[in-house]
Amino acid sequence: METPVAEQAKATEVSVEERHYNIIGTRPIRHDGADKVTGKALYGADVRLNGMLYGKVLRSPHAHARILSIDVSRALALPGVKAVVTSADLATLDSVVSRVGEGAVNWRYLSNNILASDKVLYHGHAVAAVAATSLNAANEALNLIDVQYEPLPCVITAVQAMRPGAPILLQELRTNELGARGEIPTNIASHDQNMRGDLERGFAEAAVIVEREFTTGIVHQGYIEPHTATAVWGTDDQITIWTSTQGAHDARRQVAEVLQLPVSRIKVIPMEIGGGFGGKTVIYLEPVAALLSWKSGNRPVQVTMSRFEVFAGTGPTSSSVIKVKMGSASDGRITAAQVTMAYAAGAFPGSPVGGAMSVILNAYRMENVQIDGYDVVTNTPRVAAYRAPGGTNAAFASESVIDELACKLGIDPLEMRRINGAKEGDRRVDGPLIRRIGYLETVEKARASAHYQSPLPAPSTPGLKVGRGVASGWWGNWPGGTSSVSVIVNNDGTVNLIEGSTDIGGSRVAMAMQLAETLGLQAADIKPMVVDTDSVGYNDVTAGSRTTYSTGIAVHKAGLSIIQQMRERAAQLWDVESASVDYADGVISSKDNHIGFKELARKVGDGDGNVVASISISPNGDGVALATHIVDVEVDEETGKVQILRYTAVQDVGTAIHPAYVEGQIQGGAAQGIGWALNEEYVYDQQGRLLNGSLLDYSIPTALDLPMIEAVIVEVPNPTHPFGVRGVGEVPIVPPAGAVANAIANATGVRMTVLPMSPQHVLEALWTQGNERV
Amino acid sequence: MQAFEYIPATTVKEAIAILAREGEQARVLSGGTDLIVQLREGRRKVRAVIDIKQIPEVNELSYDPATGLQIGAAVPCYRIYGSPAIAAAYPGLIDAVSLIGGVQIQGRATLGGNLCNSSPAADSIPALIAHQASALVMGENGERRIPIEEFCIAPGRTQLQRGEILLSIHIPPVSPYSGGAYLRFIPRNEMDIAVVGVGAWVALDQSGTTITAARIALGAVAPTPLYVPESGAGLIGKLVSSETVAEAATIAQAAARPITDMRGSAQQRSHLVGVLTRRALHIALKRAGYKSA
Ligand SMILES: Cc1cc2nc3c(=O)[nH]c(=O)nc-3n(C[C@H](O)[C@H](O)[C@H](O)COP(=O)(O)OP(=O)(O)OC[C@H]3O[C@@H](n4cnc5c(N)ncnc54)[C@H](O)[C@@H]3O)c2cc1C
Repeated sequence: METPVAEQAKATEVSVEERHYNIIGTRPIRHDGADKVTGKALYGADVRLNGMLYGKVLRSPHAHARILSIDVSRALALPGVKAVVTSADLATLDSVVSRVGEGAVNWRYLSNNILASDKVLYHGHAVAAVAATSLNAANEALNLIDVQYEPLPCVITAVQAMRPGAPILLQELRTNELGARGEIPTNIASHDQNMRGDLERGFAEAAVIVEREFTTGIVHQGYIEPHTATAVWGTDDQITIWTSTQGAHDARRQVAEVLQLPVSRIKVIPMEIGGGFGGKTVIYLEPVAALLSWKSGNRPVQVTMSRFEVFAGTGPTSSSVIKVKMGSASDGRITAAQVTMAYAAGAFPGSPVGGAMSVILNAYRMENVQIDGYDVVTNTPRVAAYRAPGGTNAAFASESVIDELACKLGIDPLEMRRINGAKEGDRRVDGPLIRRIGYLETVEKARASAHYQSPLPAPSTPGLKVGRGVASGWWGNWPGGTSSVSVIVNNDGTVNLIEGSTDIGGSRVAMAMQLAETLGLQAADIKPMVVDTDSVGYNDVTAGSRTTYSTGIAVHKAGLSIIQQMRERAAQLWDVESASVDYADGVISSKDNHIGFKELARKVGDGDGNVVASISISPNGDGVALATHIVDVEVDEETGKVQILRYTAVQDVGTAIHPAYVEGQIQGGAAQGIGWALNEEYVYDQQGRLLNGSLLDYSIPTALDLPMIEAVIVEVPNPTHPFGVRGVGEVPIVPPAGAVANAIANATGVRMTVLPMSPQHVLEALWTQGNERV
Repeated sequence: MQAFEYIPATTVKEAIAILAREGEQARVLSGGTDLIVQLREGRRKVRAVIDIKQIPEVNELSYDPATGLQIGAAVPCYRIYGSPAIAAAYPGLIDAVSLIGGVQIQGRATLGGNLCNSSPAADSIPALIAHQASALVMGENGERRIPIEEFCIAPGRTQLQRGEILLSIHIPPVSPYSGGAYLRFIPRNEMDIAVVGVGAWVALDQSGTTITAARIALGAVAPTPLYVPESGAGLIGKLVSSETVAEAATIAQAAARPITDMRGSAQQRSHLVGVLTRRALHIALKRAGYKSA
């Protein structure tokens, strides 16, 4: 007879749709909740160490300039100042590209982004840093650093940067043109292409063709907590860093590369994180704080950014220009699609154009398709990941065009998506075959929703226009990377779960629940903790919607190992063969004997060797995520202002471990997407200086700008995860801009082709397109 | 933030003496919601900060239907809209004080500070101008009264001379059949600086159909809040109609001198002046007792 353990293992390979869970799907209180709501939780800037110095970073006032000289002597002479660093304190790194997190990093560029070497490439680029006994002294010292610049002309958008004769940012850069290296200096880092079928034939088959060009601005993740790092370079040359990061091990690796030290010399202690959304997968301050500590005689140094520094000096996501041409047969079948997209990477190559190329059409079956993507450097901050990087702008373009095709053909927009929606066995535009996904389920659920079934509300004031829009989104997720966990059974029957995945959205409780489900315990019996880089195996970043998936698999495996050991312990206790011992729902049994997990843990005690398990995995699995959103808007055509009246987000989440946090992710993603859709955008002056680097002027939606966002969970379990999990964090930011644009078109007859759809841009569109309304 | 001396003054005389001695090196602290932010961001540097919140006179708030409304320079917004009598008499002023910042800011922010900070986009100033308010100012040589529309002379600069302090703001009593309104346009629903602001005030004859007086003032479309007398004057003696209101809005538009900046384009602002003037006038007319057909 098979044991329950073996059954469970087998269940991971077959359909998990019929599974019933005890813990998964419930809503226990998160373990870190009380500390967070009472203010006890410690964040990076809460670190206080004896003799700690305060660091501040001097930033470039120019968008593009050569650094002629830096004189720090007056700053060093200021009382209280203990150290100054510049790029002269950093080794010149080879121009080598490595995978870091989901993306790739060129070490030389990373180093030059942390402290500019020969040139500053954007307003806010770090140039030098000081450490002093007080923040005031550090700030004052910045004014005493004399930097001589030779200002150069700048380029802010991809279009400007791609123009012939445009000022060149990186003299050594050559275009990677479909794999071949270009010959002339350029701002175009790469040109990639995905194609299949025969475009010409496809467009010839089309009854309707829509072609539009979309432009989108730079947007920031807008996490509440600014970047901060505290470092001690010990007299033993061991470096300890307390920081706010999405991945402590990745931060350690980046610091090691930049400082040219072995990783074993560096310990990174992750503090609670006040949001990241991808922006805290890259390091900025950590090596600076470490160097300042070293140069100031091993004193602890803390560097914390101001809000302006966060906007100007850390990675937002790309502005873009996206051309979409799409044709459809009269029955709604898309016959051909051609896309050209250029994403601005900021100062160094590495925009998310690759991700954007897969987002833009992967949710649909495409026979004749060509997508060209360009990665372009510009005099703006080097972009960092932002929740489904590149996805929102891409879907804004494609979902607008699909909507317009549906309108022209008189087909319901959700029906249009059902006709073309991808399912298991279809081939993605970027190559791979599609496994089990729940896209069509999201479309059906959206169509059946109370929201979609209800008529549009009447305008709140006569004269205002109301409209409804829908859009879908695809996100690839990163069901891979490495996750390592350790599990220790305490002799009171509780279980310590030691992880290294930053808990950014409730993952500690989600991990504890997966372990509790595996072991047949309660979530409260598990004590999850995120520890430093010396205390657990390697973990990739909490990003790419991977943690509940990948670290969850590690947790499950560790749980299975604990079960096996508990069976063996029971077998010893009862003097029977361990193969005859069963384990189910936290009870260990064999014929007449049975014992609860806790009781056995107490019996085993500490004297006879602990029951522990350590697991490290690299799943390389699958689990793309799909979502369909519905929005009602009210447009004031006299002012251009758009009010979100109602919002419903339907998403295939695989299995919702803790539905409240899944809903939270969906609502948060939709809220960020709506902000991007309506008002968020970096504003630069002619000289490339950032004008709106504050939360007053960079308009994130407030509570008064958003309705309750209804999250509708669809569960089509992911066959590659023991509990069917798909990553849920990113895809909800993909559809909002497209959905809002389609709702505006429905309300006004005007198609928005620019993000944000701010009052000014909506007014301008009404003025220019007013007479060609549909 | 640069270190400064904090001086809690207890009499007007004391505050004036310090201001006269220190000149540009001293600044009055009322609610501090502009001043502290500016000092923090290094946009302003001073040696002394004179807190006036402990001076009794500038904390007075009094309303008398016969003499009007007197608002001490240190009276925070919440006290103004918290008074039912004032809220009923001056709804157009309440429009402005209740949208400055949020609840926390309104617990501190004062109209005195809003006026003396002299931002082109300050929300209370167009409303005060529309209500024909005046400022009572005191210096070493005594008091003087300045109409609000003349108070601001440039962004961040006012009529106040060395050693002068704003004591209070006075709004005339409300006449029957009169009403005011303030509207501002911002891209979000709160926490923004006005792209355009419009204050309007009208008085009707006893029949409630003919306009006998009107005042229009604009925010964020010129270096200072802008009084547009010709816009109001054009309404006098006219029967209320959509056309007359639209004409006043067109006149206001012509007076605006907007610029393009990160908050909006000149074209957008000019357009919004028309829309908001029209809408503010309709609200003011309704409050004055005009019953649309
Ligand atoms: C989050 C936030 C939101 C805001 N939102 C708005 C808004 O929506 N609309 C708006 O208009 N403003 C807004 N403001 C700006 C500010 O709150 C207002 O201008 C407020 O009315 C200022 O009043 P205060 O008492 O705080 O002024 P303070 O900061 O105390 O003073 C402002 C200036 O006036 C001078 N001053 C003050 N009193 C006197 C006096 N009696 N005599 C001479 N000089 C004096 C001061 O020296 C200083 O230069 C906002 C500010 C913040 C921080």
